[in-house]
Amino acid sequence: MKFIDEFRDGGLASGLAAAIRLAAKRTRDYHFMEFCGGHTHAIARYGVSDLLPPNVRMIHGPGCPVCVLPVGRIDMAIRLVREAGVTLCSYGDPLRVPASGGLSLLKAKAGLGRNGGVRGDIRMIYSSADALRLAQREPERQVVFFAIGFETTTPPTAVVIKQAQALGLKNFSVLCCHVLTPSAIASILESPAVRQWGSVPLDGFIGPAHVSTIIGSRPYEFFAEEYRKPVVIAGFEPLDVMQAILMLITQVNDGRAVVENEFARAVTREGNRKAQQLVAEVFELRRSFAWRGLGELPYSALRIRGCFADFDAERRFAVDYQAVADHPACECGAVLRGVKRPQDCRIFGSACTPENPVGSCMVSSEGACAAHYSFGRFGEVAVAK
Amino acid sequence: MSAQRKGYVRPLDLRHGRVDMTHGSGGRAMAQLIDELFASRLGNNYLGQGNDAAVLPMPPGRLVMSTDAHVVSPLFFPGGDIGCLSVHGTINDVAVMGATPLYLAAGFILEEGFPLGDLARLVDSMAHAASAAEVPLVTGDTKVVQQGKGDGVYITTTGVGVVAEGADWSGNRARPGDRIIVSGGIGEHGMAIMAQRESIGFAANIVSDSAALHRLIAAMRASGAEIHALRDPTRGGVATTLNEIARQSGVGMMLQESALPIQPAVAAACEFLGLDPLYVANEGKLLAIVAPADAERLLVAMRAHPLGRHAAIVGSVHEDARHFVQMTTTLGGRRIVDWLTGDQLPRIC
Ligand code: SF4
Repeated sequence: MKFIDEFRDGGLASGLAAAIRLAAKRTRDYHFMEFCGGHTHAIARYGVSDLLPPNVRMIHGPGCPVCVLPVGRIDMAIRLVREAGVTLCSYGDPLRVPASGGLSLLKAKAGLGRNGGVRGDIRMIYSSADALRLAQREPERQVVFFAIGFETTTPPTAVVIKQAQALGLKNFSVLCCHVLTPSAIASILESPAVRQWGSVPLDGFIGPAHVSTIIGSRPYEFFAEEYRKPVVIAGFEPLDVMQAILMLITQVNDGRAVVENEFARAVTREGNRKAQQLVAEVFELRRSFAWRGLGELPYSALRIRGCFADFDAERRFAVDYQAVADHPACECGAVLRGVKRPQDCRIFGSACTPENPVGSCMVSSEGACAAHYSFGRFGEVAVAK
Repeated sequence: MSAQRKGYVRPLDLRHGRVDMTHGSGGRAMAQLIDELFASRLGNNYLGQGNDAAVLPMPPGRLVMSTDAHVVSPLFFPGGDIGCLSVHGTINDVAVMGATPLYLAAGFILEEGFPLGDLARLVDSMAHAASAAEVPLVTGDTKVVQQGKGDGVYITTTGVGVVAEGADWSGNRARPGDRIIVSGGIGEHGMAIMAQRESIGFAANIVSDSAALHRLIAAMRASGAEIHALRDPTRGGVATTLNEIARQSGVGMMLQESALPIQPAVAAACEFLGLDPLYVANEGKLLAIVAPADAERLLVAMRAHPLGRHAAIVGSVHEDARHFVQMTTTLGGRRIVDWLTGDQLPRIC
């Protein structure tokens, strides 16, 4: 544990905090977006904001895989279970995301077997391999793996698809909802709130940790050059985040906008070539994908290639995506774009809590609303108990 | 005149035998299971009465009673099994009220097909735990459910004890200024189970802390310290228990993350699975809320007992109308330590 504790050391942190205070000019504000939910979580869990001077503010980004899933995607998963009678294998967090008709996968699971009709099933799993094992063990079940996540979780999905093909499995497929980080960053930078209105002041990004180990630091160079925004890739430890903030402030002060790598212990410029090849072999770009909050983004997600069509649940069971409007009071979209803070949502902490999430950002511990509710809300006065 | 031959009953086959529906039907098979598998292991005078209920002597004092249903998977885990766990858990629930635990009752729900050998191991483990704690199991019941309707074995235990007049430990008595003491490393039971479920190699040496705490509690009482509340932070972990006390007492709390006792292997396994040790279950730990002037004295008394060797003062109680449990992180920032939401699940990315 020594290795990890070094990244959470209070003494080092106060040293870094002093350096940040010294570097940040009193005459201006600094607004940095941490793209990843992992960073959002670390900032809230360790109280990093408490150590920052008031003119250095963090804006939460859209990099939480569960948060960006639109209602319609969860509906698709529920339809597969209820109508096609499949056994859906999902990670824990997506189970609690609100879907249409007051449902969620968890509630749909509780209702199974009571509504008659086709008998589907919903299982919580810890890895894609668990789903594949279930399909192998119980050939009479149609197993569908609900694959979500950014570039970090894509290679393991590719692996199980290839294994399923090699094993000749006839009862395994994947509902692919994998999305791409650079598209989301581009959408933020292109949004009128950032570009024209300036309502989201943005002076730089903290780049993803785990995602970057796969895709490398090169994809961010475009953002630095084209949009003149500094990017510092950082690990998920709180001291990593603080170091990255210091590096961003320095870039801003120097008038530079380049990609820097604080997480050099794991991230290279090229990323993991082998993983990239594997992903390219199994997946291709989707023409368009609907994100919660960001809307339809062209070429922002992956779909399974034709040569693996048998393992594509969308093709096998002919389910398609139908857009569904979010809850009218829900501000998740604005939160994901950095336009609003969680506490700006009218129902934050009242109607919407981790026990009864209304929006997706209240579900995963990496979601901005859940992180703020669970760790940081002592700052606000009026919060329901 | 032919001598009547003594009826032969083939003994239970503990090697290959399995629980079947007849074991719960009230007939001979059930009587045999109770005699050979349960009574022979748990035997004591009260259980030996063989009636529908046990008649028990009662020392003076107020009666304390608690019941706990145990559903654990896997049934056997490093450091224990559902058998000893069901004994320890209920003894602890009675003891944290300041009471002396006296008797236990157990109800078993067995799933058809469960190996009799495994059942014998579990009952052995219960017998051992009960006799080590000197709290006899005085009555019990067994039912069998069809295959697929249970998870091997469920055990519900009920405990009774007595508490003297004047000992009033209760979750609503925490007062601003009080100190919070935890009796040792947190999260060990939950991580022992998780490590086995997820087969995490490097966590294989984590052992459940399942233990009966009544003797440690007796030592704490003997120290004369003014204890306001005592709880065993089981399901939901330290965070959940402290939130319960904060709400019951209408106070806030502030913890120091750097003061929390936690074994390196537990911390590493939590890190690996993306779990927060504050929410992971314990089965042999205590949280004590104690008057500030007596905190050191209580700490010394706890550390003198083997089950309290690693006890530490981890925070204090203060006024907060919102009843927040907060923590100063190792980094020097602040965070809330909230109620547990849903099940604590490993992160996905
Ligand atoms: S509080 Fe709930 S509804 Fe509002 S933005 Fe957050 S998750 Fe969405």
